[in-house]
Amino acid sequence: MPSAAGPRSRAMGLGGRQLLLGVAALVFIIDLVLIFGYAPTASEALGVQVQRIFYFHVPSAIVGMISFGVSAFGSVMYLIKRTRKWDRLAWASAEAGTIIFTVAIATGAIWAKPVWQTWWVWDANGTLTFMLWLVFIGYLITRAYAPTVDRGARWAAVVAIFGAAAVPFVYMAADWWAGLHTERVTGPGASGSLESEMFYTLIFSLVAFGFLFAVLVAERSAQRAIDEQVEILRREVA
Amino acid sequence: MRNYLRGALAIYAKDIRLEARTKETISAVLAFAIIIAFIFGFAFDPSPTIVAVVGPGIVWVAYVFTGILGMNRTFALERDRGTLDGLLLAPVSHESVYAGKLASTATIMLVVEAALFPVFLVLFDLNLFNVWFVLVALAATIGFATVGTLFSAIAVHTRAREVLLPLLFLPIVLPVIIGAVSGTDAAIAGDGWDGVGKWLQFIVAFDAVFLMLSSWAFDFVLEE
Repeated sequence: MPSAAGPRSRAMGLGGRQLLLGVAALVFIIDLVLIFGYAPTASEALGVQVQRIFYFHVPSAIVGMISFGVSAFGSVMYLIKRTRKWDRLAWASAEAGTIIFTVAIATGAIWAKPVWQTWWVWDANGTLTFMLWLVFIGYLITRAYAPTVDRGARWAAVVAIFGAAAVPFVYMAADWWAGLHTERVTGPGASGSLESEMFYTLIFSLVAFGFLFAVLVAERSAQRAIDEQVEILRREVA
Repeated sequence: MRNYLRGALAIYAKDIRLEARTKETISAVLAFAIIIAFIFGFAFDPSPTIVAVVGPGIVWVAYVFTGILGMNRTFALERDRGTLDGLLLAPVSHESVYAGKLASTATIMLVVEAALFPVFLVLFDLNLFNVWFVLVALAATIGFATVGTLFSAIAVHTRAREVLLPLLFLPIVLPVIIGAVSGTDAAIAGDGWDGVGKWLQFIVAFDAVFLMLSSWAFDFVLEE
């Protein structure tokens, strides 16, 4: 992982980050070409052209979940090791994850409206995504309101770990709940089978979003590392 | 283990004695709960068919909101009176402090919830005097208090304590809210264990996991 690189808990170097950004930009451009040029037009059941938003929605939802996992893992490691790099990883991952979850929720709504005639479907995946997005917002606000960076880091770590522990419960409860209210939950499940070109495009999009996440985390971690150094220098001067 | 229990019990007894003498939290929270229930009467048409559908929902919205109000005071009172440091310096483990505070918060919430039974009965003809409902409410309230006590210890040290608690608390206890509403639905419909059992087990599992997690995390929260 980017911020885990290097000794003395330094973040990834400038050259490494620029290389990562360059590769990510290239991958994303290729991804756009695949989505609009290579992937076949979907069947009527999938909503024809609007179905292409699928290549943004599904990868962003999956990478959002991964970002939560990374943030919770970084939080556990921070509470155990108490080194700044793990906190920077958890924090940067939460920030990047908030943005990526927002993309997932927005694209999900835009896709659901023409296909299922509703902006929101109360299924387990949607509920879990929304809940984790809220936990991330709580995470960031906790940090913003904390009196010191260290206390904010510990409190936010607890929030992320609690969020992760709640994941199976939220998923199960929402799933059972949706089962009880089937007449109000129409939609996913019967989304048709994927042609192989669609599948490859989806996998490539997933990689592209993975790079986007890595770039954001690397940049934010590096910024925080610089922030911390500035703070140390300021104290030395004062 | 014995010290742990004795410490927790001492803090619990202190909180309950304080509340029994001042009745500060219970009276304010109960009044707030009654107002919420009253307002709900105008949020929808309170006819029997509609109450049968939305009844469990309004009960739990009222319980959760009043619970947040009560939990905000768990540590805020100690901090305002300057007794929080004393509490943490007391010769008991932090786990004991957590357990005692959790128990007193849950007790106060349960008293308020029980006091609302007749209010719901009178205003909405919603009969909550039902052993299955009582079990669901007991399990769910312990779940709320478990997570809420921990987060209120975070919120009390921030500039935005009243706002931060619900923000952190509600997404995490979402499964308990879903379970409580669904369990209440089944209990009121008279389904007994067949309908309520699944949700009851689910909430108890949540309580167990978060009780362990919160006891562990409480130290990290209090650390200066």
